Amino acid sequence: MFDVLVIGGGHAGCEAAAAAARRGARVGLVSFRAEDIGQMSCNPSIGGVGKGHLVRELDVFDGLMARAADRAAVHRRMLNRSKGPAVWGPRVQADRRLYRRAVSELLGEAGVTLLIGEATELLVEQQRVAGLVVGGRHIAARAVVIATGTFLDGTLFCGMERIAGGRTGEKASVALAAQLREWGVAQGRLKTGTPPRLDGRTIDWSRLTPQPSDRADWAMSALAPLSEERPAELACAIARTNERTHGIIRANFDRSPLFAGAIEGRGPRYCPSIEDKIRRFGDRDGHQIFLEPEGLDTPLVYPNGISTSLPADVQRDFVRSIEGLERCEILRPGYAVEYEYADARRLGSTLEHQVVAGLFLAGQINGTTGYEEAAAQGLAAGLNAAGHALELDPVRFDRRTSYIGVMIDDLTLQGVSEPYRMMTARAEYRLYLRADNGTSRLGDQALAAGCLSTARRRQVESHLELRGTAAWAETDEAQADALYAPYIERQRREWEALRRDSAVVLPGDFDFGAVPGLSNEAVERLAAARPENLDQASRIAGITPAALAALHVAAARRAA
Amino acid sequence: MTDTIFALSSGRPPAAVAIIRTSGPQAFAAAEAIAGKLPQARRPVLRTLRNPAGGDAIDDGLVLRFDGPASATGENVVEYQCHGGRAVVDALLAALSSLPGMRLAEPGEFTRRAFANDRIDLTEAEGLADLLEAETESQRRAALLMAEGGLRAQIEAWRQRLVDLSARAEAAIDYVGDEDETRADEAVLARQAQDLADELAEWLARPRAEPLKEGVRVVVAGPPNAGKSSLVNALAQSEKAIVTDIAGTTRDAIEVPLAIEGVPITLVDTAGLRESEDAVEAIGVGRAESQVRQADIVLWLGHPGDAPTHRRLIPVHAQADRPDRDAVPAGSLAVSAITGQGLARLAGTIVEAARRMLPAEGELALNRRQASEMEDAARALYGAGPDLVTLAESLRIARAAFDRLSGRAGVEDMLDALFGRFCLGK
Repeated sequence: MFDVLVIGGGHAGCEAAAAAARRGARVGLVSFRAEDIGQMSCNPSIGGVGKGHLVRELDVFDGLMARAADRAAVHRRMLNRSKGPAVWGPRVQADRRLYRRAVSELLGEAGVTLLIGEATELLVEQQRVAGLVVGGRHIAARAVVIATGTFLDGTLFCGMERIAGGRTGEKASVALAAQLREWGVAQGRLKTGTPPRLDGRTIDWSRLTPQPSDRADWAMSALAPLSEERPAELACAIARTNERTHGIIRANFDRSPLFAGAIEGRGPRYCPSIEDKIRRFGDRDGHQIFLEPEGLDTPLVYPNGISTSLPADVQRDFVRSIEGLERCEILRPGYAVEYEYADARRLGSTLEHQVVAGLFLAGQINGTTGYEEAAAQGLAAGLNAAGHALELDPVRFDRRTSYIGVMIDDLTLQGVSEPYRMMTARAEYRLYLRADNGTSRLGDQALAAGCLSTARRRQVESHLELRGTAAWAETDEAQADALYAPYIERQRREWEALRRDSAVVLPGDFDFGAVPGLSNEAVERLAAARPENLDQASRIAGITPAALAALHVAAARRAA
Repeated sequence: MTDTIFALSSGRPPAAVAIIRTSGPQAFAAAEAIAGKLPQARRPVLRTLRNPAGGDAIDDGLVLRFDGPASATGENVVEYQCHGGRAVVDALLAALSSLPGMRLAEPGEFTRRAFANDRIDLTEAEGLADLLEAETESQRRAALLMAEGGLRAQIEAWRQRLVDLSARAEAAIDYVGDEDETRADEAVLARQAQDLADELAEWLARPRAEPLKEGVRVVVAGPPNAGKSSLVNALAQSEKAIVTDIAGTTRDAIEVPLAIEGVPITLVDTAGLRESEDAVEAIGVGRAESQVRQADIVLWLGHPGDAPTHRRLIPVHAQADRPDRDAVPAGSLAVSAITGQGLARLAGTIVEAARRMLPAEGELALNRRQASEMEDAARALYGAGPDLVTLAESLRIARAAFDRLSGRAGVEDMLDALFGRFCLGK
């Protein structure tokens, strides 16, 4: 008997399992293979603009990602350093092996039990989760977190070849997908892709622009390891596609499953494949490629910028058309993966399913892309799955105080039609939601959630105490606060109006169809998103001020 | 279930033709009860309109059917055009209200339904509301222009520019890896934001829609017994003025809406404000002063030396027929409410000044709400910060103001522009 079972050992699953365990739950983590735990299946980097913000927020709750990234970092850059501190994005490149090891260690420390096998069936009794069938065995649990990423009925495409699976050489969860579809949880298919992996020994680095690591005076985690414990650093380099590259790709458009119609899922606009870039932006004479070494003891290099599902021979030809890569060997071809995702609008703000009590969904299955997005949802789902099992208070993230809140609010209210990636543009309170003030924003909430180690609790408490002292004004964080003070003041006034709207509650059984004056379209959108209050309703796309006025009146009438 | 609403949508009877409009789920059933077989959509058909209770004929009229959602309100709509006599209109309205699920529309309810069904946006809804209230010809034309979406197109054009500026700023922030693609020149962005703000400011300085709608406010002020009320009455009764409605006496002032040469004017008599000697007098003086402050034009009936400061003040030498008042101060207009002396000239002077406060015919005019959102946007753009991040924040604030203006929202619009413009993503 477990309190919480988590399916999937990726970034969402690991965070969920560890977070639930930190809150005191007995947790089992189900994965196909032990070596998949903490795998970075695509880009070997953690953080960035918006994403780095998420990692810092995770860290306040003692999440794994920031600590693991620090232990594995071989290259660090603070992106946007030349711009204001609100949009500085800490980003590290991580050694894959070190990262996996760090995550496994941290999971072990948290007391999570590993269960190897395939989860084939969710056991549900009277709309409540009762457990899981893993490898034919019934395992009872009070709450289940599904964090299966791209593995739900995943299909890989490399040229016109198509293989069932979530990652090269790995299985897909077909049985579970069928059940979820039957339940009406699944909604449609999305697509993502990954570039070929290059052999660094066959790259002529001398002809490429080097991109050295920052002289790192910062770390991802507030509980950073001492600098002497840090791994060695590696340099990255920048290459560039050219007319010849584009010509090769263009001549092979008909061999791309993307254009031939084999892939129906929609891909991310902000992470397009190279063939997409060339088709849509034919006038560009070249596209940057960041060559990122995957680790200290591997020749693998990740060419960031040329994700593709073209056949392997075309991949080799176009890679070799690039200066510095003329003799480059591809160790593993790139591919596209199409997978099933769930309609996150069926989830509440705790990521619990609105119909099946105790069922939580986190990560790529909710239509997001990126490790950090997945991990942040894992944290929220894990904390709340433990809350459900142990009858603790829910932990709700607010878009006014965190990027995690922005993301969960966007997902559960708007749903997605393409893979969702965090961007600072999504946060209307960007000047306050900075990577440097996570502890100030979320410290109290993290302390109250009861999920912190002693060391973390001390760090959070001392940070919050420091804010009350004269020395505070000297800190970088206080100076950033001062820089944005007039803007933040204005935003606080905006909050007040929103707070009034949040007080207008729309109960779970509220019948939007019965509200006079709402158009059918508005009723449909509201019924799909199930806003919990008027403030949430105001953020649903297509909900007009007139519709809000009608809702407001109906809610007030019902409350009376 | 939604009520089906009906109303006389043409002017007040008697008139040559009356148009009665019905909208809602019962509109077609009601038409069958009153006019027999339903006509084809959008084909006017002549029918005998009958009382559904007794079957007696009310009138012969045109019946027009529009199927929702492609109708003015987005619902099923039936329009009846009949003779505009009071008896006919009353009988038809009574017949409609006798049918199940039918009720008389509240003011503006057709527009509200059109808005709720996304048939029109906020600016258009406001334009239609103005149209319904329009009383003079120039009001009607301005309202119509707005209702036709002229302003909407202009607002949309500004919004697009804003979204584009915003997308460029956001791309530079969120896509640092793609610097050759997205590098934004802060100075250029800031200058373009200023240009947009200047353009908004120029529009904000133009005449507004309110004087057109509510009438140019002409306040008649002066010491007690200067002849204010007589002058107001005389102007209201002069041949050129049409008294459109007497709002009645308020405790503060008497307001008389007029149209002189088609120019809507609200004449405000402050006579009641100072005519007592008791303790309330101080308050009365204060009220008169506040009336003068709110005035678009002031007619000053006192000594020119005592005149309040006002940008558009017309000194009037009233009671010019009295023998003790034959000395007219220089620059004052001699007027007599009794002999009619100078009244026509005064009316002409008022109209001339009032015209300058009104949008020229055919010109788009902003109303108060639109102006206030645009002021917010312009202020944000003028205050645009020195660096890219605060610049982006100012653009976001301005974008939010425009979103409120057109009743749509969204970061998605900006992201669409961003991804449409840049080749992003590593």
